[in-house]
Amino acid sequence: MSNRLSDRILSLRDWVDARFPLTKLWEDNLTKYYAPKNFNFWYYFGSLALLVLVIQVVTGIFLTMNYKPTAETAFASVEYIMRDVNWGWLIRYLHSTGASFFFIVIYLHMFRAMLYGSYRGPRELLWLIGMGLFVVLMAEAFMGYLLPWGQMSFWGAQVIISLFGAIPYIGEDLALWIRGDYVVADATLNRFFAFHVIAAPLVLIGLVVLHIVALRSVGSNNPDGIEIKKNKGPDGVPLDGIPFHPYHTVKDMVGVAVFLIIFAAVVFYAPEMGGYALEKDNFTPANPLKTPEHIAPVWYFTPFYAILRAVPDKFIGVLAMGAAIGVLFLLPWLDRSPVKSIRQRGMVFKTALTVFVVSFISLAYLGTVAATPVATLFSRIFSILYFAFFLLMPIYSRWDKTKPVPERVTFK
Amino acid sequence: MSSDEIDYGRRRMLIAATTAMGGVGAAYVATPFILSMHPSARAEAAGAPVEVDISKLEVGQLMTVEWRGQPVWILRRDEEMLENTRSLEPLLRDPNSDELAQQPAYAKNEHRSINPEYMVMIGICTHLGCAPTFRPEVAPIDLGPEWKGGFFCPCHGSSYDLSGRVYAGVPAPTNLVVPPYHFTLSTRLVIGVDPEAV
Repeated sequence: MSNRLSDRILSLRDWVDARFPLTKLWEDNLTKYYAPKNFNFWYYFGSLALLVLVIQVVTGIFLTMNYKPTAETAFASVEYIMRDVNWGWLIRYLHSTGASFFFIVIYLHMFRAMLYGSYRGPRELLWLIGMGLFVVLMAEAFMGYLLPWGQMSFWGAQVIISLFGAIPYIGEDLALWIRGDYVVADATLNRFFAFHVIAAPLVLIGLVVLHIVALRSVGSNNPDGIEIKKNKGPDGVPLDGIPFHPYHTVKDMVGVAVFLIIFAAVVFYAPEMGGYALEKDNFTPANPLKTPEHIAPVWYFTPFYAILRAVPDKFIGVLAMGAAIGVLFLLPWLDRSPVKSIRQRGMVFKTALTVFVVSFISLAYLGTVAATPVATLFSRIFSILYFAFFLLMPIYSRWDKTKPVPERVTFK
Repeated sequence: MSSDEIDYGRRRMLIAATTAMGGVGAAYVATPFILSMHPSARAEAAGAPVEVDISKLEVGQLMTVEWRGQPVWILRRDEEMLENTRSLEPLLRDPNSDELAQQPAYAKNEHRSINPEYMVMIGICTHLGCAPTFRPEVAPIDLGPEWKGGFFCPCHGSSYDLSGRVYAGVPAPTNLVVPPYHFTLSTRLVIGVDPEAV
């Protein structure tokens, strides 16, 4: 009896396979996709980013059912979700906390690439698609932050859209076109809603597909920075590779469990993250005639905001902020080291990477505080160090003393 | 040329012509979508002129009216305040209002206004669009002994004098914008229309 049932399932699979490459897709992406066996902690963040994307899409759909995107009703509808909609507070906090965790996960994911040289050839396009994802994600988060229509939503958008006004000649018209009104207004809110709930997510999901297609083609890098495809067994399977499913999927599920514990702790006990994820001024409805005393973006934008503020000239400040993101795109070509992974790099690169991390975190902090002369001075120092890490990389990465690359992955 | 040979030159020309025509079509189709994001007729109408009665405005008082959704300030100044702004000129980036886009020609003078007594300007910082705070007091503790009254932007620390002229060495690049306006009576003004247009 059971034999006949499994036979039927198998014949159903064959029927589908003759019409749609189901088994082929499954094998190519999971059971016969061989990933390095020496993945460590840093390799959790790719699958976690996918998890957060799913959380954002699902919670976002349910928020849309009660949110009203007009200047008259937006603030009240968010309060309505928080107070009157059944479980609305949970769905909203999952979404707002999810935004912050998206950036935590993505920043760690990008840092992993810097640690192990995952952006180096043949993975340059994988890195560029990933950077495209990062930029779209920033746009998505920025537009989403306008929707609650609080004071910080309004003035944050006013400041960021004004950045476009700094572009010579076309700037003012461009800013007007983005806003659809002379200041941030109902038209701006309504179009940001459209971009936030449909346009940007479509692009985001499309880029995620491209990112995964590129990854499946070149294969994952690993902490040793060696190509596992160079050492294949007689069956054509990389000797240092293990099937993604079940091995890495089971490993990733442990990561998911730990991640969800931390995520739930924040959602339930500190959803405002001390004013960093949901800023205090945003609990006041938007008032176009009164600027809050201190405007700061949400924490994930503050490193770039600190660079903007560090420059005394408006247009050059905007350029510097853009360049701080743009220079990351060039990383595959700035790094001239003969090795990829930090495991084989020398002290020079390790020092430079440490300086970069300290600069990035310091700028993130400085972007949250008022622009006092001392804070501005430190912002300038760390901005210079931030750019020095990238612009001097072609020199110091070549000059650095490196260890030989092992033939096979090291795995304890 | 025999009939089974491929004429690559002709093929390239046809591909290029088809692509160009398709591109022109795509550009035409994109136009309405791009233009739909410009301010709508309703938003333009809300940008209609605003008439303001300033007869109750006292010396040193600032009133804010909304024009095109933006705060427009009207400040009534006395001779002492004007004297203070004159003494600040060495500290300013553009004391003579040479940046032409920042004010209509009839406000390009030392007091940046039609009537020196009434200063009219858009209360949006030219740096990144915050609303500066009105700080008319002389030498307050937080702004230092050199302060002779003016506007201070809390966002990034830009300062302006009482004529909306920007200090040198602050993030804001230009003076505050003076909107088009004219007086219908000595204490009644219309914001949004130039005097000669009437």
